[in-house]
Amino acid sequence: MPVAGAVGLALFIALGLPVAGLERMKLRLVDNSRAVVNRRPPSGTGPRARWISRLRDPSVWRDYGFAMLAFTGLWMIDFGVIALAGWLPLMLISAPIQPDMHVLLGLPVALVGFLLLPVAAYPVTAWAGARAMITRPVLAPLEAEIIRSRARLVDAYESERRRIERDLHDGAQQRLVTLTMRLGLARLDLPPDSPAASQVEQALREAQAALAELRELVRGVHQQVLTDRGLPAAVRDLAGRSPIPVDVNFALPGRLPDQIEVTSYYVVSEALTNIAKHSGATRCRIDGSLKGDAFMLSVRDDGRGGADPSAGSGLAGLADRLSVIDGTITLTSPNGGPTHLLVEIPCPAFA
Amino acid sequence: MPGLRVVLAEDAVLLREGLVGLLERFGHKVVAAVGDAEALLSAAATHRPDIVVADVRMPPDYSDEGVRAALKLRETQPDLAILILSQYVEQTYAAELLDAGHGSGVGYLLKDRIGDVREFVDALENVADGRTVIDPDVVRQLLNRHRTPLARLTPREHEVLGLIAEGRSNAAIARRLVVTEAAVSKHIASILTKLDLPPAEDDHRRVLAVLAYLRS
Repeated sequence: MPVAGAVGLALFIALGLPVAGLERMKLRLVDNSRAVVNRRPPSGTGPRARWISRLRDPSVWRDYGFAMLAFTGLWMIDFGVIALAGWLPLMLISAPIQPDMHVLLGLPVALVGFLLLPVAAYPVTAWAGARAMITRPVLAPLEAEIIRSRARLVDAYESERRRIERDLHDGAQQRLVTLTMRLGLARLDLPPDSPAASQVEQALREAQAALAELRELVRGVHQQVLTDRGLPAAVRDLAGRSPIPVDVNFALPGRLPDQIEVTSYYVVSEALTNIAKHSGATRCRIDGSLKGDAFMLSVRDDGRGGADPSAGSGLAGLADRLSVIDGTITLTSPNGGPTHLLVEIPCPAFA
Repeated sequence: MPGLRVVLAEDAVLLREGLVGLLERFGHKVVAAVGDAEALLSAAATHRPDIVVADVRMPPDYSDEGVRAALKLRETQPDLAILILSQYVEQTYAAELLDAGHGSGVGYLLKDRIGDVREFVDALENVADGRTVIDPDVVRQLLNRHRTPLARLTPREHEVLGLIAEGRSNAAIARRLVVTEAAVSKHIASILTKLDLPPAEDDHRRVLAVLAYLRS
């Protein structure tokens, strides 16, 4: 008996980490996002240092904890779910060859069994989902530090955009305005039909075109109306520039937190660009409201649908930004339309 | 209409000095040229100018001090004409300005327009005269909003509507489109009918009706 115990322990130590690794690969099948674990780097060279760092690594202990759970309980539940889900259809299918069953009576019963097979997939899938929910936090925890640093990165990125906008506004834009004014004044002093007048006239148009281009660029970098007047105003202004008529409806008790406003603005901006480019829509509707303690933003159009979120980086980038503030994005776009984009962001400030 | 007394608020020194020179060249007098919103409020109170020309973004916060100062001034001096200049124009600010004092004597222009010196000075004089001048860029945004009823207008009528919303008189529209004033009047009558707006004799009331329609 002590020998059996020792063999069991040795097997557990040897197989614990591979089992956890296999489970991480399986997680990918369930929710299609990679499960990775970051082991601590060894503190020195040589097998001894490697072993010590392994022993001190909490992720190694979590993997063994999971292996213990897998060996003692999980496999039984796995087996039980598959058996239960498969048992009834298999029993029915085998009806024609059961000893006291007439073959002709057995055939329709078997048919029912075949029809039940796809139904059996549901409990199996449900268990796989539930299992992934339990195992992911243990095997591939999203470190709180990573989430915090991502939030800091988004903040830094945003304040950098504001700084760039300020610099352009106070620098290049101001100089170009002064330049157009001076050219305008110079034109007044020149005889209207002289070659110099037409040169100055051209220079003035060039400077005005540069100002217009710079303004478009600055608008993409940072939208001042958003900071000054909030999301509904900024979205209305955005809608005013859209080549497709857009109805805007907001029902909000006040200003939303900065990050939600900025992220929502990017969502609307990207959505309107996509609608104008690809949808062939004739109308679009934007709604924003609070539902419970979440801010819901919806963008619908009456276009031809078939929008593919994996094409282009726009939507994927938005999903990344949203994940920092725990927001989610859902796109429904059947072929033939309509397309509906729904964003949900937790917003406890107004709850 | 020379000889207007102007208070100018603009924080960029070069541009401020340039504007002073420009306005004086056309016979107007800049009684005070200041660099922030606080100074603008006190200068407007002391000098009682005919018109205030102000940048939207000024110290200390560099957000929308110019608009807020203008709105505050209109509360105490409802007849004071105000021309707001900005690096970018948005219908949000246009709406706020038009709401102050029923939109009379209000102007909102991109700074780019300063380069067309004569038109800029015309706009300033129109605002001082109690008219409304809204930047074509804002008008375009507003026209975008009402595409369904506006689809009934012919392209020419569309063009005329844009020019009305910018605050131009019949004569100015006729010159711009190289047609007779009678033709312009006919277009305008047709536009007002198609948009269910009451006919208006006076140029300025017509501008306000059109703007009210576009903002609704």
